[in-house]
Amino acid sequence: MDNVSQASAARRPDSPQVITSLVMGLVGGALLTGFAAWFLKAESEYVVGFLLLLAVVGAVAASRLGALDRIGVAFGAYEKSLYAIVIAGVLVLAWIFRQDHFTLLMITTVMVYMLAGLGLNVQFGYLGLINLSGASFIGVGAYTSAVLTMHSAIPPLLILLIGGVLSALVGCLLILPVLRTRGHYAAVVTIAFAILFESFLKVNDILGGPQGLPVGAMSLFGWSFNNPITFGGFQASFYMNYLLLTLAVLALAFALVRRVERSWIGLSMDAVRLDETAAACYGIGIRRWKVLGFTLGNFLIGVAGAIYGMMLGFIAPANFGFSDSLILVSIVLLGGIGNPWGLALASAIVVILPEKLQMIQEYRFLLFASLVVLVLLFRPDGLLPRGMRNYLPGRKVAP
Amino acid sequence: MDAALLSQYVVNGLMQGMMYALVAVGFTLFFGVLNVIQFSHGDVLMVGSFVGYSAIMGVIAVGIDNPYIALAAALIAAVTLVGLLGAVIARLFVLPLRSSPPLNTLLITLMLGTVLRESVRLFFPHGSHPKRFPPLLPTDSIAIGGFDLRVDSVMLLIAGLLVIVAIHLVINRTRLGLAIRAVAQDEETAMTMGINFRFVVLVTFVIGSAVAAFAGIMNGLYYNEINFNSGLLLGVIGFAAAIVGGLGSIYGAILGGFLFAALQTVGAVAMPFDSAYKDVFAFTVVIALMAWRPTGLIAERVSERV
Repeated sequence: MDNVSQASAARRPDSPQVITSLVMGLVGGALLTGFAAWFLKAESEYVVGFLLLLAVVGAVAASRLGALDRIGVAFGAYEKSLYAIVIAGVLVLAWIFRQDHFTLLMITTVMVYMLAGLGLNVQFGYLGLINLSGASFIGVGAYTSAVLTMHSAIPPLLILLIGGVLSALVGCLLILPVLRTRGHYAAVVTIAFAILFESFLKVNDILGGPQGLPVGAMSLFGWSFNNPITFGGFQASFYMNYLLLTLAVLALAFALVRRVERSWIGLSMDAVRLDETAAACYGIGIRRWKVLGFTLGNFLIGVAGAIYGMMLGFIAPANFGFSDSLILVSIVLLGGIGNPWGLALASAIVVILPEKLQMIQEYRFLLFASLVVLVLLFRPDGLLPRGMRNYLPGRKVAP
Repeated sequence: MDAALLSQYVVNGLMQGMMYALVAVGFTLFFGVLNVIQFSHGDVLMVGSFVGYSAIMGVIAVGIDNPYIALAAALIAAVTLVGLLGAVIARLFVLPLRSSPPLNTLLITLMLGTVLRESVRLFFPHGSHPKRFPPLLPTDSIAIGGFDLRVDSVMLLIAGLLVIVAIHLVINRTRLGLAIRAVAQDEETAMTMGINFRFVVLVTFVIGSAVAAFAGIMNGLYYNEINFNSGLLLGVIGFAAAIVGGLGSIYGAILGGFLFAALQTVGAVAMPFDSAYKDVFAFTVVIALMAWRPTGLIAERVSERV
């Protein structure tokens, strides 16, 4: 009863808690955007190192002062308005770096990885199905976009969907073994697929073999995405096109995944992950949710691959190997299994850090692998752990 | 196809099968005692071949050019150091995660494998280039019909067979093996019977990793080349072999290893498509086998309590 009254109190627009948490959310978003802009602008490695230190100190201080919890509450209660803040933050970043090809490419790559991470998150975070062939499904999407943009007149926006659908269909080949096996036995199925796929791409003659394939540009209503944007006095790099597109697709996918998580579908998936036997005893159709979640995940990963291919303009088997799948899994683990927001942080770390610190570029696989080992040992829920299910908005306000 | 070429393929397949089986035995031993997958096993093997290589280079640098002394040095160094490495991995990364979900162990060792691989690539002198492994065994060959059987292949096969027999004897004929089997069967009961669980686990990791080191040297001697990333594929194949055979069964692992090599050979020789597709073929069959028998050919016995 107490919780319910608190919840309704938190919902009242004039409640002081609402205002503070909204303000906290706004300030947090602004700070984060400013930090990201500074970080992306930083040239020297000392500045980057200083900023990293600042981030760690800031995060520890904020969590000590309880500010992180407050922001978490604000997100829980006012998700929609805070989504707007995050999107605005990305747009501000895009504005600041509108002429800078490389930075825009990095921001977009982060979002592509996050999109693929969302797919893995549905499979691994909600259903507990480990997919160690994420990069292969990205590859299916990317090769689909390569073949269709070069050899067909299908509108590229549709190709994104087709990439996702084909990736889901290829995933269907694995459905039977994935459904019948569990745990380690299921892991070997996806590992075998990852190696099989990479080796197939390398040895076949039709899809360009080890050299890879060129990919045509995205175009929308006759507007080719490889043109720079000029709009009156406003000029922007052509990567801005891809950034905006990816942001739109990512926002849609994010909303979809959050919806799924919060609905009874997500609840059933959680039940399947936590205890298959118990879930089956309560009448939850394990197979149905596994098929649905696995397919949805692969669809999202495939769409990410199609965008990625078009943005890069050229793809090769080396981009879609087993170690890239491992990177994807480390993003999900680093961020916090099952928490889509954690993916944003983890993808940013994994994509941007090696570019910013050229001296660690060579060591990046070593570094990320060690980081994941440490996370698994000391913080197994990831950097931003998934919260408890929040049935009543604002419930976490009171300690 | 003539008989000579065919026998060449058979010997090659047997050789690969032996290596896969030795790797798979490690996976299955670890799974037996702890119910976990030690996925860095393939990279442990690679470390073994690099330790062996360094030992050989060391012996040559000292000025001894008897190949057998070099080989013995390589074997002793690799087996001890890599056995130790296995124990360290078990102690620091596998045992602390006992209470977390089993997939976390798979992931942590997967990442640990990357750490080993990258460390060799970055910190071993010229680690990113393939190293030429000196041929230490006699290179003569015996002509049988039109086919030249290489003596070193025969020696390697016999050595591998001896290792398998030795593992069999240790597991089935010694008190240590009894303890390992007891822990594999029921760890709590084993502990109440006075078996030192932690010790048995560590010893099992030492044995499994030492066998992998042996396979690593075998790999180097057979192909005359070692490479920092050779471990990943060998690990994946060994894991697949152990799984196809049925985790926890040593004979299943050996069966799985030879089966996988047979699949690769059949894919390269007897199939209508190009031989480059042999891995595609072999892994497709592995996935199909998993769909057919979800817990391996020698099925794991599971019962679920509700």
